[in-house]
Amino acid sequence: MRFMMIVIPKGYESAAPDAVPSAEAVAKMMEYNKALQKAGVLLALDGLFPPSTGARISFVDGKATVTDGPFPEAKEVIGGYWIIQVRSREEAIEWARRAPMSSNELIEVRQIHEMSDFPEDVQKAAKGFEHQNA
Amino acid sequence: MSDIAKTIEAVWKIESTRLIAGIARVTRDIGIAEELAQDVLVAALERWPEEGIPENPAAWLMTAAKRRAIDTLRRGQMLVQKHEEITRELETQQHRLGEAMDQALDQVIDDDVLRLIFTACHPVLAVEGRVALTLRLIGGLTTAEIARAFLVPEKTIGQRIFRAKKTLSEAHVPFETPRGDELQRRVQSVLSVVYLIFNEGYTATSGEEWMRAALCDEALRLGRMLAQLLPGEPEVHALLALMELNASRTAARRGRNGEAVLLPDQDRSLWDGAQIQRGMTSLEHAQQLGGGAGNYALQAAIAACHMRAHTAEETDWERIVLLYDALMQTTPSPIVALNRAVAVGMAQGPAAGLDALSAIATPAAGPALAGYHLLHSVRGDLLMKMGRFHEAREEIQRAIALTQNLREQELLAERLKLIEKAAQS
Repeated sequence: MRFMMIVIPKGYESAAPDAVPSAEAVAKMMEYNKALQKAGVLLALDGLFPPSTGARISFVDGKATVTDGPFPEAKEVIGGYWIIQVRSREEAIEWARRAPMSSNELIEVRQIHEMSDFPEDVQKAAKGFEHQNA
Repeated sequence: MSDIAKTIEAVWKIESTRLIAGIARVTRDIGIAEELAQDVLVAALERWPEEGIPENPAAWLMTAAKRRAIDTLRRGQMLVQKHEEITRELETQQHRLGEAMDQALDQVIDDDVLRLIFTACHPVLAVEGRVALTLRLIGGLTTAEIARAFLVPEKTIGQRIFRAKKTLSEAHVPFETPRGDELQRRVQSVLSVVYLIFNEGYTATSGEEWMRAALCDEALRLGRMLAQLLPGEPEVHALLALMELNASRTAARRGRNGEAVLLPDQDRSLWDGAQIQRGMTSLEHAQQLGGGAGNYALQAAIAACHMRAHTAEETDWERIVLLYDALMQTTPSPIVALNRAVAVGMAQGPAAGLDALSAIATPAAGPALAGYHLLHSVRGDLLMKMGRFHEAREEIQRAIALTQNLREQELLAERLKLIEKAAQS
């Protein structure tokens, strides 16, 4: 089973567009990434630019409205993620517990839907979609 | 299972390999190392539900293992030296032993894990012993889980593991990473164990679905581990590529009613794009390391040809024929020859495929293929495409008679219907 470990760093919602983590924090993170890799569980990972460089597209009655970042009303924003393949929810949680996060940061662990988890009609509706990266 | 038991199990699956590897660095016996590690697991299962899960569970396990290992080693030394009155010497030795253990467990190095893998896959062991030991020591699977995956009684797996440990101990297999020419041979042994685990999950037609998926996932995890531990070995990356590319088709391999769906008929939108990408990256890696002509690399390259094609018709069969030609040079086998004939049939037409088939299915080629159902089903297919329906029917019927596998029989029966239909129109 695959899980996404989503990093939600406190304060990132208002971080400057050019905010970068310290060299020390990055070094610790690399060590952790290496541990995930050596355990054979790491499938993908990415870090995201601060929301101040992003945009939100909201929808009302099918109409899209674009708002540029930062988003003062947002309490939690995503800073990055890992995708891991593990054998249980508990194992995903154990890996998340080991992440080198600083105070006030949090990780949300969420299982990734596999196609086989969907009911038959949903699977049918998804048919014909080709992954672009295939 | 209670929540705490599940958490302990998760911690165990994450830590057990490094724990066993660290202990084995000092004990030099993976059997003893595993028993000590198991003792520690039992201690955790007893104490954590009462005391709560420790702040740093990994460190707790390491410390407990260290204590037990030192006790055990001391006891062993006591037995040997109990008649000798050299207490001081003994104390010094114990101290040194304690320090060695401290060091080993405080800093389990990648080499320890690698040594553990090489030892579990040692050629002195029977293949089934290698598989069971690998899943147990590096996969962290319980005997019961391995038994479920292989559809054999738990007792059988227990015996295989027991026998394997005993063989290693009796043969005085050193706990070390092989060097020089030996390394290549031993890497091949490790890779074949991993691929066997993968195929057990991938090709089995009976057994619990989730357990088979678990075997594939475990093999992939081992493959990724090895790619980290032996980054310079092209065949390691090539095997990982082959497994990723094959596993990416999993969702498309079964139809609505659980029936097998063959590659040309698969719904390609169900293939896992991210996994294909990982496989392609690993394959490129193997090729960049100069291992493009390796056995697994060629197989992965063939899989890659299929995965690149957006429809079955787009498949680059010419290239696949070339890759099979290369495979016939490095690792000739009747199966490779048969697959090559299929590719020739697709690239150059059924008549050429039939010629390729006749070239291998001669009495001189031995009896390996004569009683093999796939030979007849492939010939039947080619004959059908040429409109020689009567002969095609005979071949497919022979194939049905030669296979015990129910799913294969069903597929062949479908084929037979197609032939009848084509013959009438």
